[in-house]
Amino acid sequence: MNRPVYPTNIFDPVSTPAQAIIELSWLVLWICAGIFVIVVGLLTYILIRFRHRRADTDEPPQVYGSTQIELAWTVIPLLTVVVLFLVTTRTIRAVQSAVPPAEALQVTIVGHQWWWEIRYPALGIVTANEVHVPVSDRARPQPTFLRLESVDVAHSFWVPRLAGKTDVIPNRDNHMWIEPFEAGLYLGQCAEYCGTQHANMLLRIMVHSRGDFERWVAAQQQPPVRDLSVQAGRDLFQATACVNCHTVRETVANGTFGPDLSHLMSRATLGAGVVDNTLQNLQAWMKNPQHLKPGNLMPDMKLTPQELEHIVAYLATLK
Amino acid sequence: MAFEYPLARPQAEAPRLPLLVQLHDWVVTVDHKRLGIMYVCTGLLFFAVAGLEASIMRWQLAFPNHNVVAPEVFNRLFTMHGTTMVFLVGMPLILGLANYLIPLMIGARDLAFPRLNAFGFWLSLFGGVLLYFSYLGGEGLSGAGTAPDVGWFAYAPLTERAFSRGHSTDYWILSLLVSGIGSVATSINIVTTVFCMRCKGMTLARMPLFVWMLLVVAGMILFAMPPLTAAQLMLLLDRYLGARFFDTQAGGSAVLWQHFFWIFGHPEVYILMLPGFAAVSEIIPVFSRKPMFGYAAMVGATLAIAFISMGVWAHHMFTVGMSAMANAFFTASTMLIAVPTGIKIFNWLATMYGGKIRFATPMLFCIGFLFQFLCAGLTGIMLAASPFDWQLSDSYFVVAHFHYVLIGGLLFTIFAAIHYWFPKATGKMLSETLGRWHFWLLVIGFNLTFGPQHIAGILGMPRRIYTYAPGRGWELWNLLSSVGVAFQALAVLFFVWNVIRALRQGPPAGDDPWDAWTLEWTTTSPPPEYNFETLPEVQSRRPLWDLKHPHDPDWHHE
Repeated sequence: MNRPVYPTNIFDPVSTPAQAIIELSWLVLWICAGIFVIVVGLLTYILIRFRHRRADTDEPPQVYGSTQIELAWTVIPLLTVVVLFLVTTRTIRAVQSAVPPAEALQVTIVGHQWWWEIRYPALGIVTANEVHVPVSDRARPQPTFLRLESVDVAHSFWVPRLAGKTDVIPNRDNHMWIEPFEAGLYLGQCAEYCGTQHANMLLRIMVHSRGDFERWVAAQQQPPVRDLSVQAGRDLFQATACVNCHTVRETVANGTFGPDLSHLMSRATLGAGVVDNTLQNLQAWMKNPQHLKPGNLMPDMKLTPQELEHIVAYLATLK
Repeated sequence: MAFEYPLARPQAEAPRLPLLVQLHDWVVTVDHKRLGIMYVCTGLLFFAVAGLEASIMRWQLAFPNHNVVAPEVFNRLFTMHGTTMVFLVGMPLILGLANYLIPLMIGARDLAFPRLNAFGFWLSLFGGVLLYFSYLGGEGLSGAGTAPDVGWFAYAPLTERAFSRGHSTDYWILSLLVSGIGSVATSINIVTTVFCMRCKGMTLARMPLFVWMLLVVAGMILFAMPPLTAAQLMLLLDRYLGARFFDTQAGGSAVLWQHFFWIFGHPEVYILMLPGFAAVSEIIPVFSRKPMFGYAAMVGATLAIAFISMGVWAHHMFTVGMSAMANAFFTASTMLIAVPTGIKIFNWLATMYGGKIRFATPMLFCIGFLFQFLCAGLTGIMLAASPFDWQLSDSYFVVAHFHYVLIGGLLFTIFAAIHYWFPKATGKMLSETLGRWHFWLLVIGFNLTFGPQHIAGILGMPRRIYTYAPGRGWELWNLLSSVGVAFQALAVLFFVWNVIRALRQGPPAGDDPWDAWTLEWTTTSPPPEYNFETLPEVQSRRPLWDLKHPHDPDWHHE
């Protein structure tokens, strides 16, 4: 039978830390379910058994308390809590005390209002909103360790099927790790309210087979395509304020306020996941960025239709 | 039961005064009962406003990519909704109940400082007005107004000038400062009153549990409010005098704000919840016809909750990257608080056990509370397990959890309290039929709205998003959640109708309509300004039980 797959279901983990969390969660859930059944059962029994019956005017026997019973329902919950606490600490340790092995991939995630900058310091790659990592198999584990930074306000990095969330806080370096054991696309998004477009600060994690990942790395490491047929757009791009916020490697564009565009067309979405990265959407975005994602920090550049056409044609070559 | 209590019997039938004089009397009053009623009315008024805000949000979220309000409008709505519910609904309601009932329950003529009491009320009200004035004046003179949009816990550095321009955040800060001073003033008043003004014979061990719990709440406010006030002042300094407490671009700390806020914020949850427990601890015994089971354990559990609640704040911060040790500590302290809370639930059940339970409206609301608060407590344990929280934190699961605490828990007990003490405050009975409509519609609506949000959260839906794309499995749960709002709104309309109807043509209540046991039922309904003609004297926790059963008074057993 084909079970529907929910792309962000926390009970469907595909990565070691998410798996560890869910094992604990099931245990906690079952204990809580047990308590729920006992207490609701008791409540229901009491409500039925001791309901007031008509024409019964006597007061019931007055009972003021019982030390033994009080003690029992203090000690039993206390023991339950101790058990829960001990198993919880085991999971805390398992997730938080993991040390990155030598072969681990190191990625730096930088939160911006309202997009993600993704850096691979060892590989010299800078991209945005889409994290590409290799799958980790049991024979040759290769987890990915993330370093989380923010340039503005607090964000939170959350890809439910891969790991619990960790906040992305300015002036503080946080760390987390994932170890996906199935290739595929995993979705997530910012989980800490960070301003107007918090809702559209989406995340895509592409988990590749090792070979695919190496091919992706090689492609990203290439300098941006230089296509002479779009020279007009390229010149225009470099002559406008675009370059203050965006980087295209090997050009004068070296801004860091907005996403790196060197390989813009290799990404699947625009505006941190708000729309698919199609030519049509790219054009719409460039025409008025405030239309697709109102409130985002890219201003309307007030391009003439001709300029728009040239720049979009240029950007479309940045594969 | 028509029972004649010998201590108070005022008969004055005042002539009806002109409206303006009546209003003037309300404005200048220092009577704890009138102030209590005004507090409760303020809370209910803001409850209606916050409910409307929530309804708009639910309409926006009913469908994926729904376009009812703009993103910034939505962000203002949830900020105002949260701030309003905590500071302008919860606080006035609990302080109103405390105000109205404590002097009556301990056999006093008023609170210790009646003028301070009026001062506290008006500060709270003006704090609320200030917050809502931001819709008009948020941008000052330069343009259209706007309300704060930083979320009710206003995480730094989103509140710094670089990210929050204009004055909306300033209105938020000042409004909370002002109403916070009001709460502290009233708390000082409550503590003093309880310690100094109990009637003859009422030792601490004979105080009604309601008074005990409100005493603890007042003490908690005195400890919890100052960190919030300090943090608000630091934020103001950051914004206006170039301080750098939370300004991360100049080396400040974003996490510092979170610590300050939650050192206030978590005790605040219990500050709101304990008065609910307090009301339940009065109502369940009366409608089960038995004394509260384990009085001493209830007091002990209350003190334990108050004490532990001061050491759990960072469970709101399991995802900020604390050390494993800190995460383990706050997991332990948070789980520990389940023990005294569990004791309370068991004691309420034991009180009902062996009783003769009358399902009047106040009791129905208490039963609803027991069920929903149990759910809230259990999801609380799940959230306390910090690794589970790494997944659930800031998701709709948390939204569901705290609404089960504050709506399914607190609001249900407030409605129980209002139905229970309305006859005392007005001299009129509410309709049981309308009360049952109110109750059942609210139970259905509440669970329909907030139950599905647990699932949306488990499916990865973060809170505070103004929209979402289809395909994540969230559609159905959001739609159900929005449909529930209609039931809740209808329930509230039944309540309003019930109140208006009772005030106009409700049957007279008499002094003691529920055949209850505490001192407020010895005086007339409504009580005279001086409460009791002669101050009562008590010999046990249930003075009216003793009078009604002279052959078997409580002091034989306590």
